[in-house]
Amino acid sequence: MSALVDTARLTAENAIALVERGEISAAELHAAYLDAIGERDGELHAFLRTVAEPEGASIPIALKDVISTKGVETTAGSRILAGYTPVFDATVAARCKASGLTLLGKTNTDEFAMGSSTENSAYGPSHNPWDPSRVPGGSGGGTAAAVSGGLAPWGLGSDTGGSIKQPSALCGNVGLRPTYGTVSRFGVVAFASSLDQVGPVAKTVRDTALLYRIISGRDPADSTTVDLPSPVELPQGERLDGVRIGVPRQAVALEAIEPGVRAEFERSLELAAELGAEVAECDLPLSFDYGLPCYYLIAPAEASSNLARYDGVRYGPRSEGATYREMVERTRDEGFGAEPKRRIMLGTYALSAGYYDAYYGQAQKVRTLIGREHAEAFEQFDVLATPTSPTVAFPIGEKAADPLAMYACDLLTIPSCLAGLPGLNVPCGLSDGLPVGLQLIGPQFAENTLFRVGYALEQALGLDLVPGRLR
Amino acid sequence: MAISRDQVLHVARLARLDLSDEEVERLTDELGAILDAVSKVAELDLADVPPTSHPLDLVNAWADDEPHQSLPLDAVFANAPAREDDLFRVPPTA
Repeated sequence: MSALVDTARLTAENAIALVERGEISAAELHAAYLDAIGERDGELHAFLRTVAEPEGASIPIALKDVISTKGVETTAGSRILAGYTPVFDATVAARCKASGLTLLGKTNTDEFAMGSSTENSAYGPSHNPWDPSRVPGGSGGGTAAAVSGGLAPWGLGSDTGGSIKQPSALCGNVGLRPTYGTVSRFGVVAFASSLDQVGPVAKTVRDTALLYRIISGRDPADSTTVDLPSPVELPQGERLDGVRIGVPRQAVALEAIEPGVRAEFERSLELAAELGAEVAECDLPLSFDYGLPCYYLIAPAEASSNLARYDGVRYGPRSEGATYREMVERTRDEGFGAEPKRRIMLGTYALSAGYYDAYYGQAQKVRTLIGREHAEAFEQFDVLATPTSPTVAFPIGEKAADPLAMYACDLLTIPSCLAGLPGLNVPCGLSDGLPVGLQLIGPQFAENTLFRVGYALEQALGLDLVPGRLR
Repeated sequence: MAISRDQVLHVARLARLDLSDEEVERLTDELGAILDAVSKVAELDLADVPPTSHPLDLVNAWADDEPHQSLPLDAVFANAPAREDDLFRVPPTA
């Protein structure tokens, strides 16, 4: 069956065309991806579970395991949700179904989307299709590995501080973290609610735009959602005349950026200029110095509140206890892994009496300044550009024992998340045979601009993004 | 050290986590290091800066108060560890 299509290369747009022309049926296409999963997922562990009987007349999709799927176990990568089978679909899952997309399976994630490598998954790490000894990034490493490994044409991730953008960079995918409020979180396992966003991961910018069109828009069940001010446009222009690209001085000055990443990033900026863009340096004086500490107060504080619901009463495994309190405390100690516990503890501390103003309150004020300085930059620029990740994919185990080193993976993706801004990862080159990602940040609701710039660069770069091992 | 063992135990009680001694010890070290790093936000004088709790300028989103179909009770209890009639069963509270 898999001989019908080359899943490593097939884009979602081309897959849809094949199905519409009747050259392959939805069921045959679904089966071709299941075959690819059967062949390669033993090594990659991108999926936590697959769905054998597709419902839908279009192409398959992989959903990160934080997205509730009716009748299909949803664990958020945690033991505390082992066996949890949602009785309703998340709005994004329902929208995919309504578009005819068939659910291929649920992809691996760091537990509760907390991490940058998938090593925090209670079900074991995923592996990078470019080099299985390395991480695929995280938290959405399962979706990223599935898309770049040819195990799914596209997928959905969720992004709190970089969980779509960073794995997309490390696996050579296009990934969009949309503007806060444009995609419903109803039915999505909550991590930090003022930051969480669901977004698409795909092989191309046009596929990413197409999937964003399917999932975006107001949902009465999520009161933070809004309607898009203008429809999603599929990009087609190859020039960038008149586009003003700002390069934050303080971001590119960071020593953490590897030379190979820096070289590919600079080359993509030169290319943008050749395509007609005006590229100039800009200043974001606080965002890159204070973004990471600000995030690691706000996100754990919100997580400590959101994860209070896991108490062994309504769902999930329950540990024995003689009293209600003992049962709850044991359930939580046995159900949560090390990273969620660390963040629950950190967040509870930052919100506790006597510390609230110094930590959480102060971080909320820093967040205001980070929003303001981005808004000022967008008075002069249409988009901002930085590398997405300071490094290429790192070896499994390298940062697993050092929480602060792992947190620093998201140094470049976090500031714009705090400001609620959309960000697009576009593969911009290879360093030592591993993908390097370019991060494009826009003002709120500027997804169409990001798609336009990303598409022009993607076309001009003309990279072969099929991992060498699969060519 | 930014946080003491007693503070870790206090926070664990607030967070309803029955941590082992080994976890308490490890978290005391790790949280100390993380708090040292995030305390960087205290460097800034932000007395006149308003806090941001939400990245969009949203005001209340109102919904009409209309009755609609809720989940059937069997669905509500489908994932429950213990059910008794139409109640979640739990151990005694004291």
